[in-house]
Amino acid sequence: MKFARFAIKKRFFYFLVFIIVFLVLTAVFAPMIAPYDPLQIDLDHIKEAPGRNHLLGTDTVGRDVFSRIIYGTRISLLVGISATLLSLGLGLIVGLVAGYYGGKTDMVLTMITDLFLAFPSLLLAIGVSVLFPPGLFSVTAALCVVGWASFARLFRGMVFSIKENTFVDSARAIGCSNMRIMFFHILPHCLPISLVAASLKVGNFILSESALSFLGLGVQPPIPTWGAMISLNRCYLPSAPWMVLFPGLAIALAVIVFNALGDASRDMMGQDIKI
Amino acid sequence: MKHYFVKRIFLLFPTLVGITLITFLMLKALPGDPVQGLAGERSSPDTIKRLQKALGTNQNVLQQYTGYMRLLLKGDLGRSYYTNRNIAEDIIQKLPNTLKLAVGAMLFSIIIGLLLGILMAVDPGSVWDRLGQILSVSGISIPVFFLGLLLIYIFSFVFQLLPPSGTGNGNPVFLILPAATLGLNSSAYLARITRSSLIEIMSQPYIITAKAKGVKKSGLIMKHALKNALIPIITLIGLDFGSYLNGSVLTETIFGWDGIGRYAVEGIFKRDYPVILGCVLTGAFLFILVNLTVDLIYGFLDPRIRHRAQA
Repeated sequence: MKFARFAIKKRFFYFLVFIIVFLVLTAVFAPMIAPYDPLQIDLDHIKEAPGRNHLLGTDTVGRDVFSRIIYGTRISLLVGISATLLSLGLGLIVGLVAGYYGGKTDMVLTMITDLFLAFPSLLLAIGVSVLFPPGLFSVTAALCVVGWASFARLFRGMVFSIKENTFVDSARAIGCSNMRIMFFHILPHCLPISLVAASLKVGNFILSESALSFLGLGVQPPIPTWGAMISLNRCYLPSAPWMVLFPGLAIALAVIVFNALGDASRDMMGQDIKI
Repeated sequence: MKHYFVKRIFLLFPTLVGITLITFLMLKALPGDPVQGLAGERSSPDTIKRLQKALGTNQNVLQQYTGYMRLLLKGDLGRSYYTNRNIAEDIIQKLPNTLKLAVGAMLFSIIIGLLLGILMAVDPGSVWDRLGQILSVSGISIPVFFLGLLLIYIFSFVFQLLPPSGTGNGNPVFLILPAATLGLNSSAYLARITRSSLIEIMSQPYIITAKAKGVKKSGLIMKHALKNALIPIITLIGLDFGSYLNGSVLTETIFGWDGIGRYAVEGIFKRDYPVILGCVLTGAFLFILVNLTVDLIYGFLDPRIRHRAQA
């Protein structure tokens, strides 16, 4: 019975991985998949309802909503994944150093980490993103500034318990340097859990990216982003709901998949991780 | 016990200094030179020097920071570039609206989250449980601004039941949609926590004893289990109160709710940097205050925490 349950979980896990691969491929091959140019203005067919010509309808200047959503996948995934990797890397280094050395180093690093966690995340992201000209860089930077601290806190705690193991003592006994112990002996033990945390974070970041785009702080038009599509067309919701509905569903689906992947892999590992 | 509270409050000061340091650095990193902006492009070096002296930008960074702190201690957040109004006064005027929205959202999320969580925990693995899990994952994943627009579309345009936007001079009808929008996300989290902590507690020996005694299932959950499951739930409710500050930025914009969130967004659209940073600072301050309160209540509810902190 237990095994059957595990098998179901595993199948669900692979299903999610499959969807994510599918999403990534959509982003990479967007020009081949999209039936129309996402920037092509067609004033003869404005606000057209979903139909045979335009699968998900057209927007106020006749651009194809389906093509724009496909291109929007690029920004969301690019920002979500790259910001996660960057903040994961930074959090990993800070967490390792703080957890491994302990003492004063740990105190200072933990204080800095806690400071960044003391801000409401979206407000801090807004504050950081206005420092740069809006675009890919400002969004990614804003999300990294917000995101690294929770990773650092997670890894610090893990390193604290990992370093008590005897294999760390024996590594030290045969003369490994601190760097070597940290990165070759302790780090590999953090990786499985960082995968779970990263997956949850990607979902979180895609959500934040869309919020920043919605506020006009994200990647700028004419490049299509899901958040901006909703923001630009929101006054047409009663008359042409497809312009807002489908980008919103796209965000929700992408976030659900990454969140569910995080949950599923956490269940499979049977560990309780909060991030 | 007193010791714990004093210590916890004392720890507040380095954090406060830290967040002002960060906002100060952000202020310094802003694009553009305020002196050049004030003096204009073709100003003489003399004018620039005079302005630099008047504004204090010729001082070193440390002096500038202490000057900034002095202003903050006086409750001065500067003036808006556009309206030239005192930002601190504006924020104080808008704060009650934001708090009202947050309390409304909190009530919504407690009611929905607890109900859904209990429903899921009654029979883990059942249809209700599955359905609830799907609902809660969707609730976590749906963007706040999209949800708000959907609710406006459904309840204001299709059914014409509730007003789409505005504060309505305190009329509670106007609060329903924004509060639901803001609270849904955390109600989903709350449902999950309620479910998992109830399920965990249901396997405890004292529950088995109660079951053996013949307590009905409803009584078992409502009377025996829920009471002990409450501590993680209360923590989450408190922590989520801080996250409402994030959500309020988007919710208030969509519903035209005259609070701090919308004030910040207006600042963003106009690139009114003092307003943006004032809101960030206020948000962080409120967030810290809420977390402190949660910690204090937590220490009050659970004596183990007080002792751990002392040791």
